Amino acid sequence: MDLLSQLRGQIADFSAFLHREGFVDDQFTQLQKLRDESSPGFVVEVVSLFFEDCEKLVNNMAKALEQQIVDFKQVDSHVHQLKGSSSSIGAARIHNVCIAFKTCCEDQNRNGCVRCLQQVNHECIQLKNNLQTLFNLEQQIIAAGGSIPAKQ
Amino acid sequence: MGSNSIVSNRRMPEKMNCFDLSPNSNSDSEAEEVHVLAVDDSLVDRKVIERLLKISSCKVTAVDSGWRALKLLGLSDDEEEDKSSSSSSDGFEGLKVDLIITDYWMPGMTGYELLKKIKESSSFREIPVVIMSSENVMTRIDRCLEEGAEEFIVKPVKLSDVTRLRDYYMATREIRSAGSGINVNKRKLQESF
Repeated sequence: MDLLSQLRGQIADFSAFLHREGFVDDQFTQLQKLRDESSPGFVVEVVSLFFEDCEKLVNNMAKALEQQIVDFKQVDSHVHQLKGSSSSIGAARIHNVCIAFKTCCEDQNRNGCVRCLQQVNHECIQLKNNLQTLFNLEQQIIAAGGSIPAKQ
Repeated sequence: MGSNSIVSNRRMPEKMNCFDLSPNSNSDSEAEEVHVLAVDDSLVDRKVIERLLKISSCKVTAVDSGWRALKLLGLSDDEEEDKSSSSSSDGFEGLKVDLIITDYWMPGMTGYELLKKIKESSSFREIPVVIMSSENVMTRIDRCLEEGAEEFIVKPVKLSDVTRLRDYYMATREIRSAGSGINVNKRKLQESF
């Protein structure tokens, strides 16, 4: 099997894994379809923006939860933002944690919120690593003379 | 054959008398492209909606707040609302847009409030406004449609949502500009049932 076919096999398997484990959902696939010659870096760009946003929000939430008196409305508005953007890029696991996180905010449950924040952080790191692997595979395909997306 | 005959001469020039038959005439190609004003406070969502619209052959202007949208349109005349350092010059005409798509939940001015301001304005009320929201709340949807929103889209927005919007807009634009009196306002259609 030539290198290109091997790489394509790898990326197909890895994508299937990401979907199966719920790291990404159909919305991510939708975004991948929006790439073309004029905007080949679209997915990488949006994903990068998402993680920048995520980091800022996580920091803000951490600060808010450290306060003597927690402003749950503020935490909730950060969670709402993260919930929205994670849904827009298809980051399913992060989105799901945000749903639970919102409930904790509504219940004014500080411990629950802290736990959710830790989970969000964990999921963000995992997704970042996974998507980096995916993008690396794509780069390798391009270097081997293939194109992304593959001609179907 | 008389020189006024239309059907017989195959090599007739594209422009004849008052009929411009060229498929890419200036006014037509600019008018064909739908110009959408997208409003969303989330940078990620703005990038996504921008791409969805561009891929659907729409021209896009994306802003991060209702205030900025109103300023761009030329609707905002309140000095206090101008928090940006750039001031609009005298004689600023305002952006011409065919469709406005806005997020519902934004800090400062919600999409609903933006919708109201647009529908209250005599010069802008004809512009179709579409609301997007991550929450599928019936009362919210009804409120927006009552206020004159063309459609309510639940996020995440997909390509199929955007192409459907564009097609709907293109189809109803003919009716709108013909001024045939057919009211394509969704609210009115609902009331007639």
